[in-house]
Amino acid sequence: MIPLLIYVAIFVGAFFAVKFIVRRTQPRDFTSLKTVTFGDESAVRADRWASIISVVALFVLWGMFTGSALLPKFLHMPGPFVGDTSFAYTAEGPAGTDDAVVTVRVHPVDQKPDAPEVDPGDGFAKNDSVLIGAWRSGLILWDKNDEAKRKADGAKIIAIDGKPISAGERVRTANGTVAITDKGTINFTPAKGMQMEPIWLPSPEAVWARFIDLTQEGYQNFTVLEHLGWSLFRVVVGFFFGALIGIPLGYAMGLSNWFRGWFDPIVEFMRPVPPLALIPLVIIWFGIEEDAKIILLFLAALWIMAIAARAGVSGVNISKVHAAYSLGASKWQVMRYVIVPNSLPEIFTGARVAMGVCWGTVVAAELVAAEKGAGMMIMVASRFNLTDIVIVGIILIGVIGYGIDILMRQAERFLVPWKGRA
Amino acid sequence: MSDLVIDNISMRFDLPNGDYVQALQDVSLTLQSGELMSVLGPSGCGKTTLLNIVAGFLAPTSGEIRLNGDRVEGPAAERGMVFQQGALFEWMSVRDNVGFGPKMKGAPKAESRETVDHLLDVVGLQDFKEKMVYELSGGMQQRVALARCLANDPDVILMDEPLGALDALTREKMQGLVLKLWKETGKTIILITHSVEEALLLGERLLVMAPRPGRIHKEYRLPFADLGVGKDLREVKTHPDYGPKREEILSMIWDMEEEIMGRTEEAGA
Ligand SMILES: Nc1ncnc2c1ncn2[C@@H]1O[C@H](COP(=O)(O)OP(=O)(O)O)[C@@H](O)[C@H]1O
Ligand SMILES: [Mg+2]
Repeated sequence: MIPLLIYVAIFVGAFFAVKFIVRRTQPRDFTSLKTVTFGDESAVRADRWASIISVVALFVLWGMFTGSALLPKFLHMPGPFVGDTSFAYTAEGPAGTDDAVVTVRVHPVDQKPDAPEVDPGDGFAKNDSVLIGAWRSGLILWDKNDEAKRKADGAKIIAIDGKPISAGERVRTANGTVAITDKGTINFTPAKGMQMEPIWLPSPEAVWARFIDLTQEGYQNFTVLEHLGWSLFRVVVGFFFGALIGIPLGYAMGLSNWFRGWFDPIVEFMRPVPPLALIPLVIIWFGIEEDAKIILLFLAALWIMAIAARAGVSGVNISKVHAAYSLGASKWQVMRYVIVPNSLPEIFTGARVAMGVCWGTVVAAELVAAEKGAGMMIMVASRFNLTDIVIVGIILIGVIGYGIDILMRQAERFLVPWKGRA
Repeated sequence: MSDLVIDNISMRFDLPNGDYVQALQDVSLTLQSGELMSVLGPSGCGKTTLLNIVAGFLAPTSGEIRLNGDRVEGPAAERGMVFQQGALFEWMSVRDNVGFGPKMKGAPKAESRETVDHLLDVVGLQDFKEKMVYELSGGMQQRVALARCLANDPDVILMDEPLGALDALTREKMQGLVLKLWKETGKTIILITHSVEEALLLGERLLVMAPRPGRIHKEYRLPFADLGVGKDLREVKTHPDYGPKREEILSMIWDMEEEIMGRTEEAGA
């Protein structure tokens, strides 16, 4: 809830800040002179500043809630309590009541200091000392060193820091919460603050350090780049064969009644089946080796490419075909010079979709079963609670998926510049 | 013998619901080599269908087309076509579009290059040879379409509302260009248009068609096309015969449209 509020605050704050600081100095172009912009989609352009601030804000939030060393201290959310704290308990035994102090040393979980030395004190209740890791809680057998025991003497705690308490209740102390369990022991939980524990969400620099480590040491026998490389390799090979078969198939479906009739039921049936649903069958038939993955991705790309090529053929303006014939073109020349180039924009759109689907499918397939690959890496890491590896993996999967799309778009702009200009 | 003979063509479209449309009924006419005939008629009277049959894209239900004595069986380079719009190949440059016909024939590169350069000069696009067609305005695109058709040196040029999508000024300029090209090349041209003025100015012969069934309603021989060659077409409009002819044809087409409207209203009532 609090991260969301902070995020909204940054969103709104940055909006006004940019509006009043940056806008003033921007050059005026045609779009900025439009008075009707609400509802004019062409007048809506991604605000560069908003994009930059948006990305920065995510990292800032991440750093705030993980106590990142990259951020100045004052931006950190309160961290977990670390250090020595104490509270007093009042025990009731056969000999009346007595007070004793529990000294708690809360330490970062990756260090193991000694328990603090304490003087037992007088009375039948003796002072205790315990070690508790930050974000953890600890059971305190307070009567272990006392003269009146819980079991033998029926001793019990009646107050903490002077506040009355009984079994099942809890009381706040200076740096944490004390609860009395049903059995009468003390359960102390040091204040957790508002930061995430590294095991749930490591700080950005910890993730970066893990990434560097993964590029050198690797994980599960392969470096992170090898894992990603294998995933990418599978996608490229699967997509390549999918396009190799799918495009001619789509052309045939767009040009011949027989092919259209024969493959329509198959394509229309396979189109709505998500490739993920094929994973179990592919594993049963082909196992978890490379060929199985590539067959899966081949199937994922095949229908998309076939449908794109078919749409490309049926999308040809009939006057272009007529024009070509009356300029003396043969069927083959119409194919070569009209139908194929005319279908390229559709095929590129299909290829972009297919690449995206393949990338998602390969990661999912690796999550299920694989010996290497980005999905396998994060799956195994998650089993061992190696959240930093999981985050590295997810970020890289996103970056590569995005990179693929940008590359395809560049290729499209270069190879089919007439797209959308007919 | 280089005539285009349209011999008793009928065309009937059977509709999936068992109905049919008689798009053309017993249409016959002969064009001498080098004639320019414009075709007018209310929408749906079968003009496009007739042109598609002459081009060879459609086979008539009865009758036949003969060019230079040979029966037309399908599209071929001897019958070039200029479409209203959208028929250029936008994946090719202007030069490649115009050179498409010669390339299909396997003409020598140097020779076809010369033809292309010459034709682009003729249609006034010498500065746009290397541009992509989508970078050109609508009028320029139609110039490319004309040049592309001429590059193939067809016997007959078929135009289906080639200037229909252009603005009035561009259209006037293009009309002059069509006349000029017609006189210079001596091609036989059939030009479908919606504009009575255009039909009068460009057509040496003018065919008015009537709908349901599509048929020839009336034919004119006009002097304006010959007068207009190389001149300002607005001058031709001041010719004493021009105004009356225009009124005559306009009211003829008006009457046909009225009749169609009346009939649909009856059918609706
Ligand atoms: N493929 C077709 N199927 C059915 N009817 C058609 C087809 N093509 C044209 N028609 C009909 O034939 C008639 C003539 O059409 P068309 O030649 O396009 O007329 P025009 O070009 O004069 O406007 C119209 O009534 C039209 O609906
Ligand atoms: Mg028409």
